[in-house]
Amino acid sequence: MSVTNSQEALFDAEEARRARSRQNEAVARWLIPLAVVVLTVILWDQTVKLNDIPHYILPGPGRVWDQLVADRVLLGQALLVTLRITVMALAVAVTGGVLLAILFNQSRFAELVFYPYAVILQVTPIVSIAPLIFIYVQDPTARVLICAWIVAFFPILSNTTLGLKSTDHNLRDLFTIYGASRWQRLIRLQLPSALPYFLGGLRIAGGLALIGAIVAEYVVGTGGAGSGLAFRILEASYRLNIPRMFAALALIGAVGVVIFALTAILSHLLLRKWHESAIARDT
Amino acid sequence: MSQMTHPATLPLGRRPKVLEMAGIAKVFNGNVTALKGMSLTVNAGDFVSLLGPSGCGKSTALRLIAGLMNPTSGRIMWEGGQASGDIGVVFQEPTLMPWATVAQNVYLPFRLRGLTFVKVRDKIDEALALVGLDKFPDAYPRELSGGMKMRVSIARALVTNPRLILMDEPFAALDEITRQKLNNDLLALKSKIGCTVIFVTHSVFESVFLSDRIIVMAARPGRVVEEITVDAPYPRDMAFRTSANYAAHTQVVSAALLQAIGEVA
Repeated sequence: MSVTNSQEALFDAEEARRARSRQNEAVARWLIPLAVVVLTVILWDQTVKLNDIPHYILPGPGRVWDQLVADRVLLGQALLVTLRITVMALAVAVTGGVLLAILFNQSRFAELVFYPYAVILQVTPIVSIAPLIFIYVQDPTARVLICAWIVAFFPILSNTTLGLKSTDHNLRDLFTIYGASRWQRLIRLQLPSALPYFLGGLRIAGGLALIGAIVAEYVVGTGGAGSGLAFRILEASYRLNIPRMFAALALIGAVGVVIFALTAILSHLLLRKWHESAIARDT
Repeated sequence: MSQMTHPATLPLGRRPKVLEMAGIAKVFNGNVTALKGMSLTVNAGDFVSLLGPSGCGKSTALRLIAGLMNPTSGRIMWEGGQASGDIGVVFQEPTLMPWATVAQNVYLPFRLRGLTFVKVRDKIDEALALVGLDKFPDAYPRELSGGMKMRVSIARALVTNPRLILMDEPFAALDEITRQKLNNDLLALKSKIGCTVIFVTHSVFESVFLSDRIIVMAARPGRVVEEITVDAPYPRDMAFRTSANYAAHTQVVSAALLQAIGEVA
């Protein structure tokens, strides 16, 4: 075998290894997390069975599933309530956060006036503000919504504010030279520059909106048809219905995962053409 | 043949005036004199290089002409007044919008003037063809090499058919081979459309190859020390790069530059 040939063979082997590892990586990305979940459920099931743990202390996964099926109407309604609040809170957080960020960006005066309030709202734990909100606001949906919004809007505000400031200096000069108006600069330069930052904030806010909705429900604690998953968990705990607590918990977890996945997909779709974070490297 | 052509370039000395800087000074912060007593007349078809060490105020001069800041004293006068679209700029970085395609980036000057894409499509295509990127209108900047990004930047600068193109060390960050190629292409482009260019550089060789007028500048305070005319005819090509005439000019310019640096050293 000549020298050139052996080098070619070496190169090929390396490339083949690389291709194989890419393939493995693609499979492993789904398989490993899935396997971990399945393994956890099996371990949970076996632990309960082997130790004879009574179901009012720790129900097995099968029992939780049965409870979920049995309570599907009750929990389904609660899920819809929580979901509705979460989505609404996120929508208001996105609108409010982005608009405030734009306001702060356009007017230094507005930033100096309002920023302290934004920070104060953010650093004060929602559990301590919630009782006050429930005294002042009568509408049950509005109460919960306000709580969820306070928790969720800050990452949108701070990330978008940062993004609006992070425009390329030369591009800014270019827009000045071409006589761009304030509005054109905002729409054509600042908002696109801020998009990756905003999407980062959205991922955090999505999870926080759910947390805000749940916490608010805990504090408000109103029963009846209009109550969400958090209330059902509280109610089940008073009745020592542990399997239902787990069933509701599983639903909340699932909602969180779905929100995270949706924001991740949205982020990928919007950035895949141009932003470093979404571009796969060839080599 | 083209909507992007200026009148044919006349010989030096017979060119109509485009812009005049008279006694320009710029002082930053009240105590840092970036530029002092700079007077310069730029004529249609000129390729003027501002050459000097860092801190000599050459970029400051460019920013003043671009209207990005105002002079502390002195005046910048455009012949017949300044209109929007009179200036095209190429920075040291390509300065493209990463979220927009090549064609959309070149469209930017028109878009900011409120013109629709359809209306100026021909001009965009022509500008891209002039820089050799007519096959990549839909590519994103991320997919292009450093040299290609710079070509997009040049296409954007000339698409509005500006009276003056400002270039601030545009090829300084590129490798030598790409840089020479772009120098050749820039001259070919200039002979085709006859634009007027002010080119900031700190390379003696680049300035001699490209320009017909070289303004040598010195630092602390930034000022013009000498103007050197490169009377070699265009088109200039690789043969010019290796000619005795080129070598002689680089010697003269190097000596002037050395003196400019020596004054402060």
